[in-house]
Amino acid sequence: MNPLIHLQNLEVTFQGTPALRGVDLSVGAGEAVGLVGESGSGKSVTWLAALGLLPPTASVTGRVMLGADNLLGAPPATLDRVRGGRIAMIFQDPASALNPVQRVGKQVMEALGLHRGLTGAAARAEAKRLFELVGIPDSGRRLDVYPHEMSGGQNQRVMIAMALAGEPELLVADEPTTALDATIQAQILDLLRRLQREMGMALVLISHDLGVVADMCTRVCVMYAGRIVEQAPSETLFASPAHPYTQGLLAALPDMVGPRRRLAAIPGAVPEPWNLPPGCAFAPRCPRADATCAVQPAFRTLADGHAAACVHATVRERIFA
Amino acid sequence: MSLLTLTDVAQIYTTRRGLLGRPVAVRAVDGLSFRVEAGKTLGIVGESGCGKSTTGRIALGLERPSQGHVTFNGTAMPAPGTAEWRSLRRQMQLVFQDPLGAMDRRLTIAAQVAEPLAIHNIGTEAERADRVAQLLIDVGLRPDQAARHPHELSGGQRQRAVLARALATNPSLLVCDEPVSALDVSIQAQVVNMLTDLQAARGIAMVFISHDLKVVRQVSHSVAVMYLGRIVEQGDPEALFADPVHPYTRALVSAIPVPGPRRIPRIVLTGDPPNPADRPPGCAFHPRCPVAIAACRTDVPALQTLDDGRQVACHLALSPSRIAA
Repeated sequence: MNPLIHLQNLEVTFQGTPALRGVDLSVGAGEAVGLVGESGSGKSVTWLAALGLLPPTASVTGRVMLGADNLLGAPPATLDRVRGGRIAMIFQDPASALNPVQRVGKQVMEALGLHRGLTGAAARAEAKRLFELVGIPDSGRRLDVYPHEMSGGQNQRVMIAMALAGEPELLVADEPTTALDATIQAQILDLLRRLQREMGMALVLISHDLGVVADMCTRVCVMYAGRIVEQAPSETLFASPAHPYTQGLLAALPDMVGPRRRLAAIPGAVPEPWNLPPGCAFAPRCPRADATCAVQPAFRTLADGHAAACVHATVRERIFA
Repeated sequence: MSLLTLTDVAQIYTTRRGLLGRPVAVRAVDGLSFRVEAGKTLGIVGESGCGKSTTGRIALGLERPSQGHVTFNGTAMPAPGTAEWRSLRRQMQLVFQDPLGAMDRRLTIAAQVAEPLAIHNIGTEAERADRVAQLLIDVGLRPDQAARHPHELSGGQRQRAVLARALATNPSLLVCDEPVSALDVSIQAQVVNMLTDLQAARGIAMVFISHDLKVVRQVSHSVAVMYLGRIVEQGDPEALFADPVHPYTRALVSAIPVPGPRRIPRIVLTGDPPNPADRPPGCAFHPRCPVAIAACRTDVPALQTLDDGRQVACHLALSPSRIAA
């Protein structure tokens, strides 16, 4: 099957400092892929780079293949059609992504005009339909309110409605529920899952929360220091993580059931991007590091659909609960 | 005797709707009672606007409640700003979510950790320097980091420095308001472990406020779940999260995304938490409650104690129908 979008050896440096160090990632049509990692691991930069949204100070190399087109270096007119059209993106903080002095309906209608050529009453009717689709109650009247008159969860629904305006094939959601309360997070995740299924849209979910990704995605990529270090089907990743970093992340999470145990914290901290260790970037924090880790480990396939960038990685059952 | 006791505490703020609007009384917290035992942790969970942080401020005596009583070590909490309150403050410290906002960017870490010692006139200059060095070791910072400024440290290290400062006066109570929410998972585990170790070593009591149920379960000896200014359920963390009784707690627990297969079906609540200024009558949760009955619309449910010692404020807590629900 041809992927919908294929990032090939994507590298990003900010004034000489590497932020992304060779990312290969493909997303199939209608697929839900999760990207997890801690701050600075490059999960957001990956998609900002792919969509040409980074500032000019960033130097981006590699290829971003959307069908037969390479989006990297594509003319602005092409990018304008793709962004918001074929690929839409939503962010963590909806309040700052929306224009505070414009009615929310007008903002959605603007997107409808840009990507579908709808104006006037037709745009308003479609905006109302989108509001209903994303579960905003009393949608007709809510078109005429300002962002500050709505809650964070409702604003995120407006953002999703706006993202859907161009009928995208891929929605990239960057920490879409991180700023929301637990019960509202559950609502928004439910909505995204339903939209993805009903519209056959592909979804890339960027999150620091392994639980959110486990809930939503069929395939998960774990990022560390600008690289994908492990990739696997969701169930495989959580049942038998192969990379020591993935194992460490799962062990560091407190349980919700069973007796409480001391958390297995990963020692040390994420290396600064301008001071990366040679070889495997995780080696200084890794309990299994040895001399072989001084060379950058290759991304090896361990089982069907399961690959990890670690010389010690093997597929086995999780040793911790 | 409990270290900290809140009895039937209410805090009422007045706000205006719009520039010329009529003043509206907002009960940020209402009918709040709990105890914190020496050396133990009370976890407080709830969503934005449920009154968690107001509760923390009242527990520290930073705010005087509109109603009810607060006692610390058996004596009534003095009014904020008084000399008694100031001297009591060395026994009670606060840790916030954002360590950068809680620190002075122009002062070194050592100077900031030493500040409470100077304020409370503890020790001589030389003794203070020794104590600061020891505190930094206790929270896992390197001696050379004492001369650094906040922006030179990572988020996790800054939170350790804030903790060192909070521990400087050897407090018996620490109120932590979302202390690990801004930290990455691997760093969060380090700080959570450190907090439990420090508590074991120094016998500090803690009020641990967080929206993260997993972390609260990890650190608490007792947990209170708040909704719109009231405690709706309180009890032992393992029992409470394994078998939540209040419909709100059930939804909250079911909403936590867990890595791996889902063990319990998710309950998705409709609607947003209501505005505290526009509190629904009866049980404040009834407009979102999947099992609400007629009484929930009119009568505020009182906290009742169940057989296992847990307290629940729900009309259906003792009814057999809650099992079916």
